[in-house]
Amino acid sequence: MTMPRSGWRNRRHAGWWAFAVHRVSGVALALFLPLHFWVLSQALGGAAALDAVLAWTDQPLVRPSEVMLVLFLAVHLTGGVRLLIIEFGGWRESWQPTAIAVAGGAATLCALVFALNLG
Amino acid sequence: MSAARTQSFLWLAQRASAAVLAVCVVVHLATMIIAVRGGLTAAEILARTRGSVAWAAFYGVFVLAVAIHVPIGIRTVVAEMRGGHSRGVDGIALAFGVVLVVLGTRAIIAVTGA
Amino acid sequence: MTRETDPHRTATLSVRVWRGGGEGAYAVYDVPRRPSQTVLDVVTHIQRRIDPTLAYRYACRVGMCGSCAMTVNGRARWTCRTHVEAVAADDALTIGPLAHLPVIRDLVTDMREFFDKWARAKGQFAPTATRREEFARIVPESEARRAADAAIECIGCGICYASCDVVAWNRAYLGPAALNRAWTLHNDPRDGARTERLAAIAGDAGCHACHTHQSCTERCPKKLAPTASIAGLKREVARAVLAGELV
Repeated sequence: MTMPRSGWRNRRHAGWWAFAVHRVSGVALALFLPLHFWVLSQALGGAAALDAVLAWTDQPLVRPSEVMLVLFLAVHLTGGVRLLIIEFGGWRESWQPTAIAVAGGAATLCALVFALNLG
Repeated sequence: MSAARTQSFLWLAQRASAAVLAVCVVVHLATMIIAVRGGLTAAEILARTRGSVAWAAFYGVFVLAVAIHVPIGIRTVVAEMRGGHSRGVDGIALAFGVVLVVLGTRAIIAVTGA
Repeated sequence: MTRETDPHRTATLSVRVWRGGGEGAYAVYDVPRRPSQTVLDVVTHIQRRIDPTLAYRYACRVGMCGSCAMTVNGRARWTCRTHVEAVAADDALTIGPLAHLPVIRDLVTDMREFFDKWARAKGQFAPTATRREEFARIVPESEARRAADAAIECIGCGICYASCDVVAWNRAYLGPAALNRAWTLHNDPRDGARTERLAAIAGDAGCHACHTHQSCTERCPKKLAPTASIAGLKREVARAVLAGELV
């Protein structure tokens, strides 16, 4: 067998998970955007055309993915702001776990509010 | 311009667009939470955005920032999947940026055009 | 009853050790448990008492040189400073060479790439004064010296390099140790290669490839924070770009 590389036991720390969430959410949002723009441009054919596509999103399987996307957006934002602070504001070792917790918590709260609002 | 300089510029552009997007996304999330109550209809969206110069300007800035931020990010992700950077990866990122600008502008026209 | 007198605890460890080069397999050895045993003790026992063909590196065995760094139960560690008790809770121990470096044989890696990248990052002091000049006056409490001091204790053991996923994903990436050293030199007012060094550590293979995983900072046995050094370099490169100083 080939020599195994750095393994998963090496990755169980907050900073790595923060990266993983940031990467997954970023890629998901990047792939979603063209679709999002396409949906909105249906309005070029009038309100009815846009409504036809929006109706599709009311399906029970699509609703959770909307909440997921909102969560992805919120968590990518909070995680990104944390990175901007580290890169431009300076590093304080003791702040790191708190910063990650705050970023994750704020994003989850935002997604929860959205989900509850959806009704 | 040396490669290091170009790449440093790209990094800076990605961070600068991130700062702009931080503002845009907060507004966007707030709008979604306030506007999307029990579902979303075309009438609700268009009533807010149709003929609005303010929303057109806001989304214009949003799309521009996205078209800078996302391709530079995707460039890194794809490069790391392939073991390193290359001109091919740059091309994919650039193409994606163009797609976002075109589709994004179309979307803005669709919802803000009177 | 202490752990060491507990009759239910096994008297031997079952140890898996990588044998071979890049291609190879784990061999299993039974090693007697001893009080205060370190992983280096285990490897040494295998080589001296069981299989003399096992290849491994060590020197000081007291946590000063960094030569004995290996992968222990999936994480890069100094084996001389890793007690078996601390990592083999279930009596299982897996020892392999450091990750992300070519394997010469068994537990020995080829460190050349690690040090080549150090050189590419301009991780060497570039003198500007001669013996005829006055001594340089460095203020210990100055921001620059404190930044350098926080990162200066690196002994080049390679653990951060082996722990960094970006090193695996981006073959050209200079890595946390080289960039950390560049940061200490950037903060040294006696150094004369500031401009060249900033250009050397910027870009796709340099500081901008760091994603703040913090694996390096988590694993550094000297408790250094290469993540902080690299963030500092990003800031300095941004400043140089905006000031038109980056070549």
